[in-house]
Amino acid sequence: MRNLLLAGCIGAAAAFAMTAASASENLQKMSQNPKDWVMPAGNYANQRYSELKQINTGNVGKLQVAWTFSTGVLRGHEGGPLVIGNVMYVHGPFPNPVFALDLDHDGKILWKYEPRQDPNVIPVMCCDTVNRGLAYDNGKIFLHQADTTLVALDAKTGKVLWQVKDGDPKKGETGTSAPLVVKGKVLIGISGGEFGVHCRVTAYDENSGKMVWKAFSEGPDDQILIDPQKTTDLGKPVGKDSSLKTWKGDQWKIGGGCTWGWISYDPELDLVYYGSGNPSTWNPLQRPGDNKWSMTVFARNPDTGMAKWVYQMTPHDEWDYDGVNEMILADIDVGGKERKVLVHFDRNGFGYTLDRGTGELLVADKYDPKVNWATGIDLKTGKPKRVAKYSTEKGGENHNTKGICPAALGSKDEQPAAYSPQTHLFYVPTNHVCMDYEPFRVSYTAGQPYVGATLSMYPPEGDSNMGNFIAWDAAKGKIVWSDAEQFSVWSGALATAGGVVFYGTLEGYLKAVDAKTGKELYKFKTPSGIIGNVMTYEHKGKQYVAVLSGVGGWAGIGLAAGLTDPHAGLGAVGGYAALKNYTSLGGQLTVFALPGS
Amino acid sequence: MRRISLVATTLAAVLALTASVGRAVADGSGDPTAVKEDGGKWVDKSGTPTFHIGKDGKVDWYTFSGFRRYNADCIVCHGPDGAGSTYAPALIDSLKSLTYSQFVETVVNGKKSVNTASDLVMPAFGTNPNVMCYLDDIFIYLRARSDGALGRGRPQAHEDMSKAAKAAEDSCMGPS
Repeated sequence: MRNLLLAGCIGAAAAFAMTAASASENLQKMSQNPKDWVMPAGNYANQRYSELKQINTGNVGKLQVAWTFSTGVLRGHEGGPLVIGNVMYVHGPFPNPVFALDLDHDGKILWKYEPRQDPNVIPVMCCDTVNRGLAYDNGKIFLHQADTTLVALDAKTGKVLWQVKDGDPKKGETGTSAPLVVKGKVLIGISGGEFGVHCRVTAYDENSGKMVWKAFSEGPDDQILIDPQKTTDLGKPVGKDSSLKTWKGDQWKIGGGCTWGWISYDPELDLVYYGSGNPSTWNPLQRPGDNKWSMTVFARNPDTGMAKWVYQMTPHDEWDYDGVNEMILADIDVGGKERKVLVHFDRNGFGYTLDRGTGELLVADKYDPKVNWATGIDLKTGKPKRVAKYSTEKGGENHNTKGICPAALGSKDEQPAAYSPQTHLFYVPTNHVCMDYEPFRVSYTAGQPYVGATLSMYPPEGDSNMGNFIAWDAAKGKIVWSDAEQFSVWSGALATAGGVVFYGTLEGYLKAVDAKTGKELYKFKTPSGIIGNVMTYEHKGKQYVAVLSGVGGWAGIGLAAGLTDPHAGLGAVGGYAALKNYTSLGGQLTVFALPGS
Repeated sequence: MRRISLVATTLAAVLALTASVGRAVADGSGDPTAVKEDGGKWVDKSGTPTFHIGKDGKVDWYTFSGFRRYNADCIVCHGPDGAGSTYAPALIDSLKSLTYSQFVETVVNGKKSVNTASDLVMPAFGTNPNVMCYLDDIFIYLRARSDGALGRGRPQAHEDMSKAAKAAEDSCMGPS
């Protein structure tokens, strides 16, 4: 019974006997049909796992391109399509077109929706105009636009049913994250950590667009929806003003803690999970205190937004280690006991395994051996054991702290990992990059960048690869195998029952590897670098694998021009060549299948 | 006050440019050779801010300061070391043709090129002290990069911040 899909099924049936509105029962049920791909991560547990096994380790080498589709946009393409029945829903970066493609007729366009948005939103999007995907429920497609508008479309016609503005791009608030629909509510986060935005997650009624609740990452208890007595941090009540006490004055109002990552949901425990991002500014000396609840894992009730538990991974961030990466829910054996865990690969380079019911910290270990800013995590206090020489706070303003690993983009960024209940392993796309970091004074202006540090990034000394694709044992906190990649792996992984794991690379390769060994079984070079997430579906008895190409995002900034190489004089050559020598802009969906009918 | 003095410099630069022709090495603002220093800040013969790099590779304070500010406020679009990204131009190329005044105008007011083929938008930084108080610094840094006088990455050594530079920063950024 380690298979969460099955466990979730029984649990959900029991849980939903109690609830009248069973919107998420539909979704939960739909996500168990491996022919469809009904949410960005495949299922509520964010596992990016499919039971489909027509494509397996024996035949994946014969994979071919079945068909392709261009979005017409040449910006970074994060996210990936949804498939519901015989229709595929494809999304794109700004201007955020949505296409419904008829899988019965070679991807004929059933409808297209493209919102009209003020292009002034483009430059306030920190790192390219990405969009991480659509959500579906009860005949509606939900799009979270760049300008923060949340729009509900009729899945059959593309007609706008309702729309609501979630934030204000003039203040630097933008929309990049994929919504998650839970129990008839559409949950969305917000981006803008480099603009001093006061970030939050907001739930809207899926039928009316009316706001149901809003939970900020920092501020007074009633704004962050934290109960001083009932909400716990590592088992203890957080107490009154848990956030306010950790900020100087009213700095929390421009404190960031943005919520631009992924949201997951456990129907049995009835909790949603997500992480908050960096505190603004990047200059830690300008914002004394722990800056709660930035860099935090939140477990909240989906109906009220109230937090059940919180855990701050990087108190008083000094490196821009956002905590937004996905929370993967799985039931695994930890120390001889089956536990309902949440596994999270943080930007700070540690892979965390927590009890998702209580927030108890079970395992926290480095998933890149080069991580050096902390020697480990104290499982009792939850605090990282920091290394003084890599503290940008201790170095102070106008001091360049060198050799910090990982770099600001983290050992992993938003690119989601996958979990296979077959192997009980997590498949993690990682960055293998270090940095120098110098904080300095900045001043806040609404809608303007509020950064306050300068960075140089480069591969760890002695290495020439800037990425790894790894298999991780979350019970032991150990890397099982690791495949080196020349560039950061910025594509979401897909694990399948066929024993094959898929991911994309920045050069544009779709790769298939053996889930057990990491051995490469297939690769194909798509038209542009891949920062999208691989998905799979079945149509008319045939399994397909699909991925968006279109280089960009943070990777497009840091890598398009190549990273600086402080060790070049020491003889390391070749590995740091610029990405632009390998790929160019694009915006294409490539769909793969085995030959024959 | 700062804005007014910028406009004045801009006009001066435009006038100076029309008069200068036929140099061996020139960028959009003319011959970058530093001829005069005041409080650690160098100008070329037409009075346009420029870089000064010693024989030992030591850069002037403004080039270094520009490197830092560029990396905070410009890098997210224009890429490391002014080398460009997948969606914004390489400024080391742009400065080969842009004049100082065009540079200032673009940073203050932003720029838009939105059509079916591209959606490039640069924001107006006119209200952002983190950019406006260091506009010359950023220009000087990029000019050094564009002219090939400064390589990629962080300058290895730099002059200390002068009293004049510190006073100018304090008056522009306000009390810390």
